[in-house]
Formats: sequence, structure tokens, C-alpha cells
Amino acid sequence: MSKKVDIVKNSSDFINKDDVHEKMHDKNLWNARVKRDKIAAEIPEWEELRNIASQIKEHSLSHLDYYLDMFEKNATKRGAIVHWARDAAEHNQIVYSILQDKRITEVIKSKSMLQEECGMVPFLEDRGIIVTESDLGERIQQLDHQAPAHIVMPAIEKTTEDIAALFARTIGTDPNDTDPHSLTEAMRNNARERFLRAGAGMTGANFAIAETGSFVVCTNEGNADIGASLPPLHIASIGIEKILPKVEDLGIFIRLLSRSALGTVATQYTSHFSGPRKGGELHIILTDNGRSKRLGMKDFWHSLKCIRCGACMNTCPVYRRSGGLAYQATYSGPIGIILDPTFDARRYSELPFHSTLCGSCSEVCPVKIDIADQIYKWREIMAEKKYLPIERRLAFSAAGKVFAHPPLFRTAEIMAEKVLPVIPDFVMYNKMINPWGRSRTMPVFAKETFREWYLKNRKKEETNE
Amino acid sequence: MSSTKEYILASIKKNTPTGKHPYPAIPAFPKSNKPILEEFKENLEAAAGLWYEIDNPSEAETRIKQLHPEAKVICSATSEIEGNKDINKITDPHDTADVDVGIIRASFGVSETGMVWIREQDLVVNALGFLSQHLIILLKPEELVRDMYEAYTRVELEKDNYGCFMLGPSATADIGAVMVRGAQGARSLTVFFM
Amino acid sequence: MKVGLFIPCYIDAIYPEVGIATLELLEKLGVDVGFPLTQTCCGQPMSNEGDNKSAREAEMLFVDNFKNFDYIVCPAGSCTKQVRVHYDKLEQNEDVKHVRENTYELVEFLHDILKVKSFPETQFPYKIAIHNSCSSIRGLGIAKPSEIMGKPFNKTANLLNMVAGIQIVELDRPDECCGFGGTFCVTDEAVSAKMGKDKVSDYIANGAEYVVSPDMSCLMHQQGIALKNGIIRLPFIHVAQVLNGGPYKTQEA
Repeated sequence: MSKKVDIVKNSSDFINKDDVHEKMHDKNLWNARVKRDKIAAEIPEWEELRNIASQIKEHSLSHLDYYLDMFEKNATKRGAIVHWARDAAEHNQIVYSILQDKRITEVIKSKSMLQEECGMVPFLEDRGIIVTESDLGERIQQLDHQAPAHIVMPAIEKTTEDIAALFARTIGTDPNDTDPHSLTEAMRNNARERFLRAGAGMTGANFAIAETGSFVVCTNEGNADIGASLPPLHIASIGIEKILPKVEDLGIFIRLLSRSALGTVATQYTSHFSGPRKGGELHIILTDNGRSKRLGMKDFWHSLKCIRCGACMNTCPVYRRSGGLAYQATYSGPIGIILDPTFDARRYSELPFHSTLCGSCSEVCPVKIDIADQIYKWREIMAEKKYLPIERRLAFSAAGKVFAHPPLFRTAEIMAEKVLPVIPDFVMYNKMINPWGRSRTMPVFAKETFREWYLKNRKKEETNE
Repeated sequence: MSSTKEYILASIKKNTPTGKHPYPAIPAFPKSNKPILEEFKENLEAAAGLWYEIDNPSEAETRIKQLHPEAKVICSATSEIEGNKDINKITDPHDTADVDVGIIRASFGVSETGMVWIREQDLVVNALGFLSQHLIILLKPEELVRDMYEAYTRVELEKDNYGCFMLGPSATADIGAVMVRGAQGARSLTVFFM
Repeated sequence: MKVGLFIPCYIDAIYPEVGIATLELLEKLGVDVGFPLTQTCCGQPMSNEGDNKSAREAEMLFVDNFKNFDYIVCPAGSCTKQVRVHYDKLEQNEDVKHVRENTYELVEFLHDILKVKSFPETQFPYKIAIHNSCSSIRGLGIAKPSEIMGKPFNKTANLLNMVAGIQIVELDRPDECCGFGGTFCVTDEAVSAKMGKDKVSDYIANGAEYVVSPDMSCLMHQQGIALKNGIIRLPFIHVAQVLNGGPYKTQEA
């Protein structure tokens, strides 16, 4: 059985690491949220756009077999070769077979959360294929042997100094050079050779259009386009939930995507692939990997509407203080909390509790996923599955009994240190530590409760109670 | 292969959510009333793109020399400007790797964002748009649409195998959240209205 | 109109002055208020953890205690939200439905039901920061969440602006969660404490002399953080205390 992710410890480590990382992380992501608010406010129909986008997604997802079939037919007609993969293993095997078939040993790839989810890079590397991430943030993480920490800003946990040290170690830059411009330049030059050498370019897709068999890839660096326009082979991994019915839907979604993600009007490159380029070959791998099963989960299928903008992560006060790596999962932050347990409920059983349920994620989501409600529902599932730590389970069950019986409650209240909701001792199921008092001064119990005051000052006047 | 497809489609069918989820009616949203060309220029500038109003091809060539005095290899996919590397002779996209300035005609621009629409036939060799160190985009000032809704009624994905909305030069903020232009693609993008 | 006063357990035991202020304020406004003596807890701490089985009995008792009132008023957003939103797990008989539909948080009751237009006798000549809890904003809608586009509104601010002399300061992150989150504050101590510290820093940076909130539970956490960090001159008080002109007895350590 997989080991439970200890999100509490991981995030605490992130905060206590030093006085720099968490502070910078929180600040940079909050700035993204502020930029998002500002640019969303410029569109009078913003809230209506969210509604429409949500409805289009719900429509597509509830007619998914129909639109997928249409997509495949149209893409095939245009000359793309369409594959289907039911899970990560099949996806990776298909990629490997295509590469083997053409004796390709070096690949350049752009960001794809699906390929990340499938563990494709280590799979290919184990088989002797050199895979280079071309998105700068992804490449930084790859060089540091880390997973992306954020779905849009993979290296957001690192300071410029961290990256300068990493580049000095791995690509030979001057260790004293901490200028983001020259560091970016160094990577541009380093990556260029790899682009030129690669036998295949791999991408994901942000959207797939059923009526034309097209798919759309959004980047700011142009790295997906280099990868798709240079090597003779382009392989795109597309999650089956990415389907939109019509080209005109893109008018809605492109308006929402980058504004929500980074607070910019659009990504620098919004690229539409509808067939292989002149002299090139295009393979599309439509991948399920748990999505069709999720579609049948009454409380959770709305999570399939996600367009991977990362707005919920930027706004999440808990994520900003925890760092994405703390979640030890492909997806972190609020969207991660509701997606990860669908892959492994036990491993990710603590994630739904790593939230204050403040609800900001649901309000910021451009496709109106009820993220906070789903987090709450995952808590219920974890409680039912008895994945809660035993101490916590006993404490709440005891509290439930006390609250149901007024005389018991009175006694408990009088002996205030024994049982009171929310107040330290009640939740101090582990008597060895005092998680309230370490960071906060203890509240002082009043000499006279409100109830006692009421009995003295009001009760005698009342005739009926 | 087909069995996996059947498996997935059957699984989708079995799990399809109940309830009605009709395709929504999309209303005609209000349009910005700024002068369209001004709005385009503003948004292009916000994305670090430059622009010039150009009267004729020779003015364009002078301007290119002025903008990129160091440029050795200039490759044009347009009929108006020649350059010194013939795009039509390129058979392998890797041959665009030495291009300092690539010149492309966009079929239209979007004023809401400052994007230009560039198709495979505009690029001749797709890689020209991404390996060139700098880009000059020719655009007729009257070829502008207001927003992304209009833009998507104008594109022809059913015909073009490749098309890209390009917005200013390549960018990244992956190091220290500092905006850097010229990440992997073009270092600069200049629109010539002509 | 017969109003049942629901005083959450932590207000009863730690902040009785908030209960007193709420009761006096409602009485001043001419409301007939009753206080069922067998009330305990709304069930939130258990239910929050997904443990609905443990919450159930407390919830049934709550319904029984309050089913005969026209309105149930509570000076706490998250407890109100618990009743209104999370009692959906109970069998929806007439009593449960009545209680769910008619339980109001104090600010919304004053603002939307009583439609109070002035607090003529009160004054509060200080700079205050408002903290609306997440349950109050996103669960009950007492203010426009900053994520949502459109015309801003803030019912707490509307009420407080009726008090003479008050000056409301703007915060850098006006509705950022303070990290209380019920049991979260002890199960996820490090993150919760960091969020609380950032919140308190925001008040101080913007010159607040008082922090005023419709939710004492968030304030208990924030005040605990402030005191632990040596910030002793920033009182955290409930909106009822300001609107009622007291009592201001706070928990001096």
C-alpha cells in the first residue's frame, strides 16, 4: 500500500525552511491573483463567461463519447494518426512504440500535465530515450530532479539565487550571475541545440475541437511551436476531457485561460494544430487514465471541467504557504486536493484536510468547479473510509456525544479544559503537544458564561421558556 | 488499438452524468468602442510588441536595417520584402536556425489582445516563426477584428493545418517571477502596418 | 416576531460579552428574544471533518431547541452556515427546513431582515479593520468576495458606517482567509499560524486601531497570534459590541 502523504509536515517544513522561500512564494502567487482580478474586471461579461464556459464543459463532458468520436474522425481525415490509451502504461507504451519505430532516441517536450500524470519522462528515460523539457520552469525542475511545483509556474518555489546555483551546477553558468535575463538567455542557448537535435517534439493540449479535429496549445515561450515545427514528428498527448464541440468555443475559453492563470490577456502563442505540417507526421494520443471513471462520480465529475489555469492555486492561502511540492502529487493546491484522491485515495487521504474551506478557489475558477464543496465531500469519504487518524476520529466521536446531551455539555463546559469545540484542549487529541499554544496565546475562559449571566439577568423576567 | 477505443467509449457511456446539459446560448457581448487600430497598438505594446506605419517596401527595408543593424540573415515569407535567404529553397526546417530576422505577413490582428493570426501558408516553413531571432510581421491596418469571438469566426481551422495567434515576442517569468522577453522563440516582434 | 438567540459554545464560555452585546442590541431594536437553555453546539466541529455521524445528534438537538422560533439569530457566521448549509444531511422534515431557512447571522439579520438604518446612540471614534470570515462572505454572502467581478458590497461595513466617528481602513488582502478554519488551526498548525501572522501584519501595516468582526472564532485565533507575537495594543472585538456600544470587556491575559 502506498504511503500517506504527510502534507502537514511537508508544508511546515516549507514554512520553517528559512525566512525567504515561503514569503516569496506567497507574494509572487498573490501578485498573480491581483493581476487576475484587475484584468478580469476589464471584461464586463466576466461572470457570464464563467457560466457559459462551465456549461459548455458540462455539455461536452455529458456527450463525451459523441464528441471524441467526432474529433477522431476529423483529425484522422486531416492526416493525424489518432491513438487511444486507457491508462498511463498504455499511453507511455504508445509513445515508446512510435519512437522505437522511427529509431528516435532524443525528444524535446513542452508542458503537459497529462504526460506528467503518466510518469512518461522517467518511463522513456529508463528505456534510453533522452527527454528534454523545453518550458523554462519545467527544465529547471528537471535539472533539479523535482516535479513541477505549480501547473503553470513549475519553478515558482525557487528563488533566482536557487536557480543561479542550479544552472551553475548543471549548465555551467557563472555562479555569481543572478540576473533572470542572462539566466534565461543561458537556457535559451542550451535548449536550442537540443531542439535542433531532437527526433520528435512532444506537446500536450489545452483544448481539442471536435468539429475540426484540431487541438490548441498555449505557451508564452513558443517552445511548443519550436518542438512541433522542427523535428519531423509531433506527438500530442490529450486527456479525453479536453474536448470542446466547436471552434467558436475557443473565443470563450481563450479569453478566460490566461487572464485567470497569469492575469494577462492571452499567452504569447495560442497555436492550433489541425493536421501534420508539410513533410511532418502528427500523432495524437487520446488518454483516459481514470477520467471516464471520474465522469461517473456524482460529486466529483465537475472536476473534469478543469482547464489547468492554476488560478485556484494562486488564490489558495494554504497552498501559497505550503508550496506545491508539499502535496507530493502531480496536481497540487485546491485542484490537486480533489483530483489526487481519484488516483489513490489512501495516499492522498490527508490532502482534503489541508484546507480552511475558505471557498476562494471556487469563486476564482473560470469554469466554476465547486472545488471547496468537493474538498468537503472528500473529507466525508476519508472519514467513511476510516482514513482519519485514529486520535482525531475518537475525539470527534466523543465530542459528538457530549454535544448531543446538554447536561454532559454543561459539565464539560464547567470543566472547560476537558471538552470544548474548537478551543485548544478539545482538539488536543495528542496530549504531548499543544498545537494551539505554540503559536498563539491561550484564550481565557470567562469567570461567568453567557448562560450564567443570562440566568441571573434575564431568566427571572421571563414567563415562558 | 480499436479495442482500447471501444473500452474507453463504453466506459464513458456507462459513466455519463445524468441530467440535461444543453449547449448554452452564447449572447452577443458588448464590444469595446475604442478606435480599433489604437486598441490593437496599445495591447501589442503591453505585450512588448513594437509597431510602425510603413508606406512602401523600401521604407520597410530601411526600417528593418535600422531596427536590426546586426542582422546577417533575413528571411522573408512575404512577397513585398525580399531578404537574403530564400524561404522557398528551404526544405528542412532546421535550415531556419540561422535566421536573424524573419518576415511574415499576418492575415489579421485582434485588437482586444494585440495578437496576429499566422497560418502555415503565411510561414511557408513553420519554423521560421519560432527559430528566427526577431520577427517583422506585416499587417494591413484594415485587417483587424475586435475580439476573440470575431477572431474565431475568421479563422479556418477546417482548412489550415496550422495557425497561431502570436502576441508580441516570446516571454517567460519562470525565474524569480521576473518578466523576460525572448525565452525560446523570437526576442522581438515588430508589426509593420502596410 | 420571536427570535431565538443561538450563542455558540465558545462565545458562551470565552466571550460572554459578545452574547450580552448581541442580546442587548436585539432588545434595543425591539426584538422579542428567547434563549433556549438546553442549547449546546451546532455540530460544526465534527461535520467540518467530514464526520457527519458524530455531528448528527448535536444537530437534531439544535433543531429541537429552535424549531418554535420565527427566526434564529447567531453572532457567528460559520455556525450559521453550518445550520443553513450543512444540515442538508438530516432528514428534511418541516422543523429542519424551518430552522435552516430562518437561521441568520447577526449582521445579515440586522441588515436584511430588520433593515436597520441607524445606531443613533453609539459612537466609536477609531480606525478599524473589518474581518468578515470566509463562511460569512462566501457561505452567507454578507460581502462580495473579491474574486467575483461586479459591484462591491459589504453588509458589515454598511452597518458599521452608521456608527459615529468610525473610520474603516483598507487592507491589502481584504478577504484573505486568516487561517483559523475550525480544527484546521490545530491540525495544520504551521500554515494556520503563518496565515494568522500575515493577517495581523496587514492590520498593523494599514493603521488599524481595532479589528472588528462578526466572527469571534477567527478573532480568537488572530488575537492569540497577535498576543504571542507581542502585539498587545490591537483589540479584536465583535461587531455586536461596536453596534451596541459595549460591553467591551476583553480577555486580558
